[in-house]
Amino acid sequence: MRMSSSDPITIEILNKRLTMVTCLILAAFLVILLRLWFLQVVRGNMYRIQSERNRIHLQDIPPFRGLIFDRHGELLVDNRPSYNVFITPEEIQDHEQLLVTLERMLYLDRLVVKKKIEDQIKKYPFRPVLIKKNISREELAVVETNLFNLPGVMIRVNPQRFYLFEKLASHVIGHMGEINESELAKGRYPANKRGDSIGKYGVEGKWQEVLNGLRGEEQIEVDAAGRRLKIIDRRTPLPGKNIILTIDRKLQILAEECLKDKKGAIVAMDPNTGEVLALASSPAFDPNLFIGGIENEELPKILLDADHPLQNRAIAGIYPPGSIFKIVIALAGLQEGLLDPKEEVICSGVYTLGTHPFNCWNKGGHGRVALQRALIESCDVYFYRLGRRLGVDLIAQYANRCGFGMKTGFELGSEREGLIPTSQWRLKAKGAPWQPGDTINMAIGQGFVLITPIQAASFISAVFNGGVLYQPKIIRQITDDQNVPYQFQATPRSLLQVKPEYLDLIKQGLIGVVNEPQGTGGRARINTVTVAGKTGTAQVIALEKEKTLERGKKIPPHFQDHAWFIAVAPAQKPSLALAILIENGGHGGTIAAPLAKMMFEAYLLDKKPVVKLENTGQPDTSGD
Amino acid sequence: MMIDRRLLQNFDWILLLILMMIAAISLLNLHSATYPLRESGGLQIFTKQAYWFLIGLVVLLIMTVFDYHLLERLAYPLYVLAVLLLVIVLMVGDARSGSQRWLNFGGMTLQPSELAKIAVVVVLAKFFNEHGEMNDYRLRDLWLPFVLVIIPCGLILIEPDLGTALILIIVSSSIFLFVGIQRNTLIILILVGFCAAPAGWFSLKEYQQKRITTFLQPDKDPLGAGYHLNQSKIAIGSGQLWGKGYLKGTQTRLNFLPEQHTDFAFSVLAEEWGFAGSLVLLLLYLLLTLWGINIAKISKDRFGAIIALGIIAFVFWQLIINVSMTTGLMPVVGIPLVMMSYGGSSTTATMAGMGLLMNISMRRFMFQ
Repeated sequence: MRMSSSDPITIEILNKRLTMVTCLILAAFLVILLRLWFLQVVRGNMYRIQSERNRIHLQDIPPFRGLIFDRHGELLVDNRPSYNVFITPEEIQDHEQLLVTLERMLYLDRLVVKKKIEDQIKKYPFRPVLIKKNISREELAVVETNLFNLPGVMIRVNPQRFYLFEKLASHVIGHMGEINESELAKGRYPANKRGDSIGKYGVEGKWQEVLNGLRGEEQIEVDAAGRRLKIIDRRTPLPGKNIILTIDRKLQILAEECLKDKKGAIVAMDPNTGEVLALASSPAFDPNLFIGGIENEELPKILLDADHPLQNRAIAGIYPPGSIFKIVIALAGLQEGLLDPKEEVICSGVYTLGTHPFNCWNKGGHGRVALQRALIESCDVYFYRLGRRLGVDLIAQYANRCGFGMKTGFELGSEREGLIPTSQWRLKAKGAPWQPGDTINMAIGQGFVLITPIQAASFISAVFNGGVLYQPKIIRQITDDQNVPYQFQATPRSLLQVKPEYLDLIKQGLIGVVNEPQGTGGRARINTVTVAGKTGTAQVIALEKEKTLERGKKIPPHFQDHAWFIAVAPAQKPSLALAILIENGGHGGTIAAPLAKMMFEAYLLDKKPVVKLENTGQPDTSGD
Repeated sequence: MMIDRRLLQNFDWILLLILMMIAAISLLNLHSATYPLRESGGLQIFTKQAYWFLIGLVVLLIMTVFDYHLLERLAYPLYVLAVLLLVIVLMVGDARSGSQRWLNFGGMTLQPSELAKIAVVVVLAKFFNEHGEMNDYRLRDLWLPFVLVIIPCGLILIEPDLGTALILIIVSSSIFLFVGIQRNTLIILILVGFCAAPAGWFSLKEYQQKRITTFLQPDKDPLGAGYHLNQSKIAIGSGQLWGKGYLKGTQTRLNFLPEQHTDFAFSVLAEEWGFAGSLVLLLLYLLLTLWGINIAKISKDRFGAIIALGIIAFVFWQLIINVSMTTGLMPVVGIPLVMMSYGGSSTTATMAGMGLLMNISMRRFMFQ
């Protein structure tokens, strides 16, 4: 029964409409049901997998990186926990308020953090974003106790490399850095993935696989905020192996102290085994600064430093040897039978080749000199003559035998070969034939000859250990929990092949260098221990110096000669060999020799070193 | 107003039963949806909703006591009150999550847009009852109903509450279509709608625009704007045929599903009860809808029929849009599911609407 406004036609229309509506409703429901069917039955499995993937989070467990010790077991490089603060933007009601609260607990750059949060909101509001790395213990304590009041904030712990002594032995130890694209692409480090820190230089770099270990994995049930709810499965990580270096920390400290404020290198070696007890290169760098990554402000300073602190001068610095090369000449002369040790030469201060005069550093001349005196007082003229007698190619041959002009095979790698010129070389490299004058220069370690400090250390060791050139080593031991997978073994690489009696003659001369009254190395003399060695003063640029030199005026630093001193002690049965090179340091005997004395005293006599370095500022008398 | 014995005889028990069943499912589901929040006040939500259902029941009963024709007289005043409240809420309303939708009356919150929904239906019913013939409405006849709809719609849009405004337009359009517009007028209206669409797009806020673009390309940004939709589909789909079990939905438990006690309440149910459970709920809603249509059919006058239709349209459209949204058939527009989603005003208003339905049904045999 309807009211009058609803006459039969209206009723009919109404009913028809309602029927139509009913059909529409049924159709709509059907569509919905079909959609549900599609999602839940047809694709149900796929969604089930996705929901599992949501709830299970695979968490890497980084392995404990191997530690690095010195030869006596003193810890040099450690891993420390780095506490990092994260914020999940989606969980925060009031960003401003949270930042204000956090600022009371942490030192924050509010604008930077705000921007980070805002960026994250636009991209992944449900993922945590890092706002502060490596907070201090104090900050950690405050934040942890207040976490309940800080929704959306969480702290994650990551291990971080820590170099206990900063710059100490930095060239040996090396530094870390983030694995880069090309390394990843080449598959060089299969145990590492994007974002990992790997060793990039030094021992950290070369023994990366040994130190790294194997990462582990956890399957964790997480909620949408990434909160860990329970651990479903776990694969424990395999820690990296520890490395014990051949380096002696105390000796290393002393060596670096000697190089303070200078540029140069010191190599200390065990002459009987080739173990490197200290390897210092100055200037150095602090590997801790490489840990921050690109955010670090210090890093560009290191990389752009004009003095190249990253360069390992001990193995990659090439310098003219100066007078220390005379030992090679002497050995060559004796072994070839072209030199009679008793033969006397008169040094008047000058040697004339044709019309060209070659000066001896002692302008007044040494008078009559035979081999011993020639070595002890480092007479240039004596060696000019001997050099001429030998000729460049024979000298080169012996230089190679002594380990120069080639890599020593040092375990750390990255060495340079230096240069031992031959007549052929001059033709090829300079397009001009070898001149007799070149031989003269070569005889006193000038001209084209270039060597590295580690070659020098290896050589002087060979002279005193019976003629064996050992491969310099830096690793004493590699250990893990249960065993010692690697133990150092001395590896001889070649022999000098010089008769023992000749070696003895040389040794005698070198003892005299330090202990005879006129010896150039007198500053290295120690009363209770016999030190033997050779000084060297390598010219940097001869011509320029002559032009600008004025009587009594100080020579500009970059024209100053390099100061060399190579030595062993005790001479009879040496336990320490040193090669010291001070760039632009001046006189070998004046500058380098006293450093050797200090190091020998500390190492052999356990004496506390008095680090007082001589700088006499003498006007240069070139040629030693 | 006397309670006639016949009214009691005609009391629509079945409607009440359907409502109770839906309410029961709703409460069960809500408990699960708020379970992960149980330590930070989740239980409160559950108890509050139960409380709202009880109040709703009372309101429903109150709505049956008077004759619904009373509303014919009160239609315009009621409408004016609703619009006023909408204006007031814009000025002094509670600002929450970026929109002003609620009025606070000493602890009680009221959402004027809910009241506006009923008011618009009633006022439209009155208009179409008194003016013109079915199937014969032209553009010039419709200017007043347009205005009557546009005003509250616009006010709601300003809040901003895109979802409610949209529903209001759709339901009003349903009513317009139901009462019959001339074909030409209809075509003109559709064209106007198309032209207005771009203007509408640009007037949308950025996040609202983003919702639509995300809908069209959901995989482009799974952790950002596409997140809700993606997680909802995962929840629903992973329920498969029989569901993961009550309280065992991992998407729900682990908080992967956002808004799980409001917009995405259906996803919770679908995850835990599977296709089977979803089917049951949808059947209940279907039953409710068809029952309402039947009431419209058997109601004794046009006024009642239109009101009934309007109320059912609200339930129907909100259901369709919400479930389409959660299953990825439509962009996310923030329309909750009637009775399933948590919300005091929404529940109460729905129950009031149901009460009206009941009212119309009870009085179908009565003479004025």
